Amino acid sequence: MDWDSILGAIFSFENYGELLVLVQNSIWAGAVLGLLGGLVGTFVMKRDLAFAVHGISELSFAGAAFALLIGADIVFGSLIGSVTAALLLGLMGVRARDKNSIIGVIMPFGLGLGILFLSLYEGRAANKFGLLTGQIVSVDTVQLQALAGTAVVVMVALAAIWRPLNFASVDPELAEARGVPVRTLAIVFMVLLGVSVALSIQVVGALLVLALLITPAAAALRVTSSPVAVVLLSVAFAMTATVGGILLALGGRIPISPYVTTLSFLIYVVCRVVGSVRARKGINGRVLAGTA
Amino acid sequence: MKPVVSLTGASLKFGKRALWEDLDLDIMPGEFFAVLGPNGSGKTSFLKVLLGLQDLHRGQALLGSRPVERGSSLIGYIPQQKSFAPDTPMRARDLVGLGVDGHRWGLRLSPGKANRRIDQLLELVGATEYARVPVGQLSGGEQQRLRVAQALATDPQILLCDEPLLSLDLHHQQAVSALINKQCREQNSAVVFVTHEINPIIDYVDRVLYLAGGRFKVGTPEEVMTTEVLSDLYGSHVEVIHANGRIVVVGLPDATTHHHAPTHVLAGEAA
Repeated sequence: MDWDSILGAIFSFENYGELLVLVQNSIWAGAVLGLLGGLVGTFVMKRDLAFAVHGISELSFAGAAFALLIGADIVFGSLIGSVTAALLLGLMGVRARDKNSIIGVIMPFGLGLGILFLSLYEGRAANKFGLLTGQIVSVDTVQLQALAGTAVVVMVALAAIWRPLNFASVDPELAEARGVPVRTLAIVFMVLLGVSVALSIQVVGALLVLALLITPAAAALRVTSSPVAVVLLSVAFAMTATVGGILLALGGRIPISPYVTTLSFLIYVVCRVVGSVRARKGINGRVLAGTA
Repeated sequence: MKPVVSLTGASLKFGKRALWEDLDLDIMPGEFFAVLGPNGSGKTSFLKVLLGLQDLHRGQALLGSRPVERGSSLIGYIPQQKSFAPDTPMRARDLVGLGVDGHRWGLRLSPGKANRRIDQLLELVGATEYARVPVGQLSGGEQQRLRVAQALATDPQILLCDEPLLSLDLHHQQAVSALINKQCREQNSAVVFVTHEINPIIDYVDRVLYLAGGRFKVGTPEEVMTTEVLSDLYGSHVEVIHANGRIVVVGLPDATTHHHAPTHVLAGEAA
């Protein structure tokens, strides 16, 4: 394969208008998942759950692979897998150290199970690969409605517990003293996270979920400490990555996930640079005597 | 005047070890009440009982006229200073905001009202100039001022302070304890101040609860902080020295293992 054909596989904009109509559903799905990932991601960062997301996604992958094997609905399979993993972590891993070791135990087990189910499966190879790397191109209207409906439920639930969850995430000791049900909120959030992971896996696949649930929020945290701005930027970054990734991927022959993860990564790099420049200049919002 | 905190026959045990037994105590509005004692004597557990986070083994604890409950709005709580990670997505004003409405369900739909209250509280503790600085970049003393503002958000009748001066330098110790005293005198809030070191607040304290060796003594600092009383509590001879309005306790029995003990003496000598 020479350089031109590689480029042709990655970027090709022939018949772009016609393709755009065909993948309308995918673009909507990308937008919904970007919105969801951006919102959930801010809490993932506040609660230091990046590693947990990875663990949940591996078990989600195992669930999806099992569903594929027995001919059941893949989304349902991955939902079962990720919610089980999330609940397990929420119930068992109260302390951070416990949590990390439990994730470390669960993750390879989930991945191993997934590989076992996939190797038993005798259908199309593309289906197998799609679980790991994403396959949003083939979203039909029914699937899109289910996806959007589930995402709305998660977002409404998140909005309902927003303030106490935030309190419990950034200042757990005081939240408990103020009567916030810290433990219950932790478990509820893990369930919401599990559902979000299962939904995101459909776009970017089990291996790359972090690009949707971690990177946008992590990038936003680099440039602002305002809670509202973090949420808005995180959502904007995540949606840019998913929708932008799908639009770029249209003409090429490779899966969508590399575009999404690369956009996501570039946004993070830019934010990091901006953040460190501001830190070096000592800009942190303090009103200094004489300048006020 | 009715007490805001009232304990009757209160006992707390962990397993077979009694931290304190048959404690009867009334704390009045506007009273500055210090809880003293060595590590492991049950000072923090005493606060947890009032916060509703720890059940009594026996006896009764009332706030106002109601039994203690978790999340009571009568209480403002100032914890020990702990450092926040530098990238914690929270500015000074957001930390105070947690005290204003962080425990409520849903989203903050009318930010105007909350913001006005936050500005007021920041002004009260003199933290306006770093209102927008991330909490992870503030000094310990600045953070504790914010903790005071956060605790005052609900206009509490009782201010519970758990070693709020720990790890602060002398200047900030004075500033923070003066803020707490101001709330006590001007708003008539009762202050329950847990500390292992009485000197930074000696000018403010009305009464002391001294916990040691499973026993306790309640009274004014003059009554409690004496060689006789403390020797009796510890079951061995300790010397209480009064000098320049400071109190130094020498010869604490667990001085070899008690990591606060050296500073205890040093702080007194320096003063």
